[in-house]
Amino acid sequence: MAYHGFGPDLEEVFGPAQHEAPELVQLLTPEGERLHHPQFDHEFSAEDLRGFFRDMVLTRRIDTEATALQRHGELGIWAQLLGQEAAQIGAGRALRPQDFVFPTYREHGVAWCRGIDPLNLLGLFRGVDHGSWDPKESNFGLYTIVIGAQALHATGYAMGVQRDGAVGTGDPDRDTAVVAHFGDGASSQGDVNEAFIFAASYQAPVVFFCQNNQWAISEPIERQSRIPLYQRALGFGFPGVRVDGNDVLATYAVMQAALQRAREGQGPTLVEAYTYRMGAHTTTDDPTRYRLSDDVERWKLKDPIARLEVYLRRNGLVDDEWVAGVRAEADELGHHLREGCKAMPDPTPLSMFDHVYDEETEELRAEREGYAAYLDTFEGSHH
Amino acid sequence: MATGQTQKITLAKGLNLGLRRAMEADPKVLIMGEDVGKLGGVFRITDGLQKDFGEDRVIDSPLAESGIVGTAVGLALRGYRPVVEIQFDGFVYPAYDQIVCQVAKMHYRSHGHSKMPMVIRIPFGGGIGAVEHHSESPEAQFAHTPGLKVVACSNPVDGYWMIQQAIACDDPVIFLEPKRQYHADKADLDEHEAPEPLFASRVVRQGSDATVLAYGPTVKTALKAAEAAADEGKSLEVIDLRTLSPLDMAPVYDSVRRTGRVVVTHEAHLNLGMGAELAARISEECFYSLESPVLRVAGFDVPYPASRIEEEFLPDLDRVLDAVDRALEY
Repeated sequence: MAYHGFGPDLEEVFGPAQHEAPELVQLLTPEGERLHHPQFDHEFSAEDLRGFFRDMVLTRRIDTEATALQRHGELGIWAQLLGQEAAQIGAGRALRPQDFVFPTYREHGVAWCRGIDPLNLLGLFRGVDHGSWDPKESNFGLYTIVIGAQALHATGYAMGVQRDGAVGTGDPDRDTAVVAHFGDGASSQGDVNEAFIFAASYQAPVVFFCQNNQWAISEPIERQSRIPLYQRALGFGFPGVRVDGNDVLATYAVMQAALQRAREGQGPTLVEAYTYRMGAHTTTDDPTRYRLSDDVERWKLKDPIARLEVYLRRNGLVDDEWVAGVRAEADELGHHLREGCKAMPDPTPLSMFDHVYDEETEELRAEREGYAAYLDTFEGSHH
Repeated sequence: MATGQTQKITLAKGLNLGLRRAMEADPKVLIMGEDVGKLGGVFRITDGLQKDFGEDRVIDSPLAESGIVGTAVGLALRGYRPVVEIQFDGFVYPAYDQIVCQVAKMHYRSHGHSKMPMVIRIPFGGGIGAVEHHSESPEAQFAHTPGLKVVACSNPVDGYWMIQQAIACDDPVIFLEPKRQYHADKADLDEHEAPEPLFASRVVRQGSDATVLAYGPTVKTALKAAEAAADEGKSLEVIDLRTLSPLDMAPVYDSVRRTGRVVVTHEAHLNLGMGAELAARISEECFYSLESPVLRVAGFDVPYPASRIEEEFLPDLDRVLDAVDRALEY
């Protein structure tokens, strides 16, 4: 039988593999020009804007200080967020107290917004614990290392919120949204895609906040996706939007709308914060092996903090003295991190046996006692 | 307190009734899984529960096991007590990462701040003539994972009580159900009788010549073997382990010190199965009481075979008796 090829008409038969040219929601250009947007416009007070600036400067200091601490051997590793300050502060400040956040291991700026002492973030990277805050107190989950696993936890938590009747009541202090943080690499994970399916199926009040920083260690976004990530949402049955992740105003505005949509019971949203990982994946990584410095230089011009500073100064919302005050505050924070990190005690050997279970088993107790007795055989042992 | 009012139930009915009681007792208990709602589960273990407790509490989930367990983690963090049904043993592997990396480690990671009161029910074992992936025994993989507790029921009355106790437990429990037994035998249940503790093994037949250790589907096999052995004048003690992690070894040691001979039997593969751990512990604790090495009767170290020959793979009465004879003659 002869094969009758469709030839060049095939594309017409199946239609395009992508919806439209990607649109980027932006309210503040890299040059510090204030834009307005038909859907996501937002009026910010001078206080809001100064708050964003302060948050971003302090978050960057947490990051640079921790990176330095790693270089000095005080941390085993550090996951840098350099360049992603606006995405994280915008997303973090759009939260209401009752909202709950499921982070990756890079959400230092969101942790800052949730009131977590950044010193607590260092424990995991120093190797003294796996996470040291109570998620129930801060409504901020523990850092999750397995890529994308937390997207399902966020969706399940949001299903619990629904069952608690904390969605769509109209009470702004009760209605609750949940945020699942992840990155472009995680968008390839089964768990993230399953989270999309569960969230859509149950219309769970969850916002999927993807910081597309273009790099999953050495693999560029093109290896993860043939289409703009936010466009994937439509295939799962909920809206997606791409926002300039280096624009704190736009990220805040888009996240506020997506969170409100969740709280009102209208289901999940995918927000793709388009940004760039200015640093390495972690302090153990060497990006010069796989990417061009040209690229990094281009993104330097889009720096999230610089563009807000330009806007604030140009509009007379801050002066040198105020900016110097924030820098001084950052210095204090740096001091706090340096001193606090070095003073962090190593856990005692026997503490490794703690909290394996809520109700400890007899056999684990025996293992602990056996090891304690063994340690006691060493002279001067004080475990 | 026993009232004498009993009902005859199968294992399936015992589990169903136990789930019902747990849901009545605590509004935070949820059931999740594939086909657990309208259908009542492919084995009908959740039959009628969605009708009585509603779709919010008996949740038909999308067909994605990692999704089921991962969202159950989130529900647990929100204060719920999810009871997850994995449809068949071989389908637990897509959820393996969530179980081992998240469910098992959350309490530890969080210094005890975040509890994981979750039950993952897995119909396990073979003998139902199924296609591939429907007859597996993955218990050792979970018993090997710190942070999980692993139990296996073997009979209708245990099914009724153990599922309720597992749900009440604040630690995550892998709950193994011998699917071949679901509709096999009936037993008398008195709901007012005080149950035995969940994490306890039990002597189900007393004997003096050798000890047979079993759990889940092989308990029945072991009991039949003991009956057959009795006809030949050999007295076998049979212990239903019931809990695989933690192991409850005191009744085992007590028995071995009396009999001096042990045969362990499970459907799971021999290599690094529960029998290996049991043999190691028995040799550490009862070395001078042993009259023979601990022998194991297990599934062979091959992938679960096609169902027409599965009875050759599964431990049966004769293979158990053969091992008993070898132990006695040692």
